[in-house]
Amino acid sequence: MSPTDQKLLTVRGLQKSFGDNQVLKSIDLTVARGEVLALIGPSGSGKTTVLRCLNGLEIADGGTIEIIGADDATHAPVTIDFAAAHGSRAGVPKKTLGTLRDRSAMVFQHYNLFPHKTVLENVMEGPVVVQRRPRAEVETEALALLERVGLGEKRDSYPFELSGGQQQRVGIVRALALRPTLLLFDEPTSALDPELVGDVLRLIKELAAEGWTMVIVTHELEFAREVATEVAFVDGGTIVEHGDPKEMLRNPQHERTRQFLHRLLFPF
Amino acid sequence: MSESTWQLLLDSLWPLIHGAITGTIPLALASFAIGLVLALGLALMRLSKRRWLSSIAQVYISIVRGTPLLVQLFVIFYGLPSLGIVIDPWPSAIVAFSINVGGYAAEVIRAAILSVPKGQWEAAYMIGMSHRRALTRIILPQAARVSVPPLSNTFISLVKDTSLASLILVTELFREAQQVAAFSQQFMALYLEAALLYWVICLVLSSGQGVLEKRLDRYVAH
Repeated sequence: MSPTDQKLLTVRGLQKSFGDNQVLKSIDLTVARGEVLALIGPSGSGKTTVLRCLNGLEIADGGTIEIIGADDATHAPVTIDFAAAHGSRAGVPKKTLGTLRDRSAMVFQHYNLFPHKTVLENVMEGPVVVQRRPRAEVETEALALLERVGLGEKRDSYPFELSGGQQQRVGIVRALALRPTLLLFDEPTSALDPELVGDVLRLIKELAAEGWTMVIVTHELEFAREVATEVAFVDGGTIVEHGDPKEMLRNPQHERTRQFLHRLLFPF
Repeated sequence: MSESTWQLLLDSLWPLIHGAITGTIPLALASFAIGLVLALGLALMRLSKRRWLSSIAQVYISIVRGTPLLVQLFVIFYGLPSLGIVIDPWPSAIVAFSINVGGYAAEVIRAAILSVPKGQWEAAYMIGMSHRRALTRIILPQAARVSVPPLSNTFISLVKDTSLASLILVTELFREAQQVAAFSQQFMALYLEAALLYWVICLVLSSGQGVLEKRLDRYVAH
């Protein structure tokens, strides 16, 4: 395999159970550099669990995740074999899990900003405290990112002083400031008032156009159609089908996909 | 009240205040500081996934909360010497009060840590923090805000409980009052004066609590 078509993210046979409930039966997916993968599916289908496994927030019981770094020359691929870890955090080498986290950054459904820190502090915390990059350099970069999403003036505000849409944009900036290779979005607009959804989706679309590699769990089918390069329908802990968004959302092959899309289009 | 009683109250004011400054207040501060450290450790043990750690903390908390402070104080000061462990009044008092505060504050801190939403831990892990760093930089500062009112209660109770130290010969506010009272036979006047001084100290502490709460509340919506 030549370096150019090497996948940035390769997931093989990912399994995860919570007690007796097997949430992920066997998930296989690949994401190439610059690709945007949208995960759609009914609630409880396991799509969010897939995303959380990619950031090490959940430790899978089986399967592998391989992720390469930002730069092929300096960042060798790292592979985590979860079967060896038996679903326990302690079973995964700390360094490997750390690398997985370093390379991916997540934007949460409920933003999860740190309420006791200002907007700027929220963005700088990871790069300065964890990554130990020079404060001045990080601040310049953080301010530029905040400016870019139209929140430069809010640098010293606390999260409670911002609207949901503004908080989510800070959440995105916080993720970007970590300089990840892979951006993960967990239903980034589900908690927002309808009139605030547009700003956030527009920003994600811009990032996609800039070449960021992303995995997005979303219910926004229009958005998936327009922004994603690939869409995967997750149901019952497996990927039922995946393909080109325009094609798949118009003409799904599987009955379950058809039913799901129908329910979204005609909720009542 | 006769003029001589007033004079006695006035004359005894300084010894009582002196007792508060050199006894009551440092005793309360030292015990509270040590007790809080103990409480944080116990709270983290209680929250630990390791059963045995959690159990140890649970037994400790149960014993401390289930036995009278005066008995704890007497066990340490009058009881331990029979095992060959002799501790002076002051250290005995600090040990007993710290152990006591540790037991009570542990549950407050544990509840405060649990009150911080799970998403805060996840966001901290997401930006690459270790468990310890997430705890110290993200979780505890938020837990601190929640725990100020109940911990203030604990501290105010402690200030008043230090009067028990008079029974193991620590010279503090109440012991000074007892001595003047015994000497002058003016029990009512002296004990009311002592009560008033405790009240004043607690009023000051309450207003301090208000300031602290306001400071820690600056990042929440009102």
